[in-house]
Amino acid sequence: MAMEAQQIETLIREAFPTAKITITDLAGDGNHYAAEVIAEEFTGLNRVKQHQLVYAALKGRMDGPAGELHALALTTKAPE
Amino acid sequence: MTNAAETIQSDIDSNDVVLFMKGTSSMPQCGFSSRVAGVLNYMGVTYKDVNVLADEEIRQGIKDFSDWPTIPQLYVKGEFVGGCDIITEMTLSGELDQLFTSKGVSFDKDAADKIREANG
Repeated sequence: MAMEAQQIETLIREAFPTAKITITDLAGDGNHYAAEVIAEEFTGLNRVKQHQLVYAALKGRMDGPAGELHALALTTKAPE
Repeated sequence: MTNAAETIQSDIDSNDVVLFMKGTSSMPQCGFSSRVAGVLNYMGVTYKDVNVLADEEIRQGIKDFSDWPTIPQLYVKGEFVGGCDIITEMTLSGELDQLFTSKGVSFDKDAADKIREANG
């Protein structure tokens, strides 16, 4: 069961209401996306922590049992 | 602690660098695992590769252990460093060199510079 870019953005938006979110479809198969998330919630967190917060927002869909999202190339930053 | 967690803990305690990956260092079976294994191989880093495809318990266990949903996962001196995106970013920024240097892990500096040159 693939995912739409909009679904990913909505899930991330729920966790990061004021973030700047850019989703790019890498393969057109609903399974390989890139996401850039710039959120003030990341301020002071290292990259691993930032990515973990985004994965948590995706509520288990990342490489999940139903294989919704196989690849999500993540870039995260706190606003400068 | 489940036996998967015990196995993982002992792997990362007894090896300076551990890469939990799909496939093996010489035969990676996923693009992302292949990229990280490729960087480590090219930089001449000695590491233990753990093929999560060979053991479903480890495949799920490592995701819980690191609170990280994807494979590959790199551990240096018992600490989780990141997955493919983070290792790629760190390689290109030179942070991976600094991490290895600070942790006393030997690697080929020229090879690391070549990777950066190749990636402009």
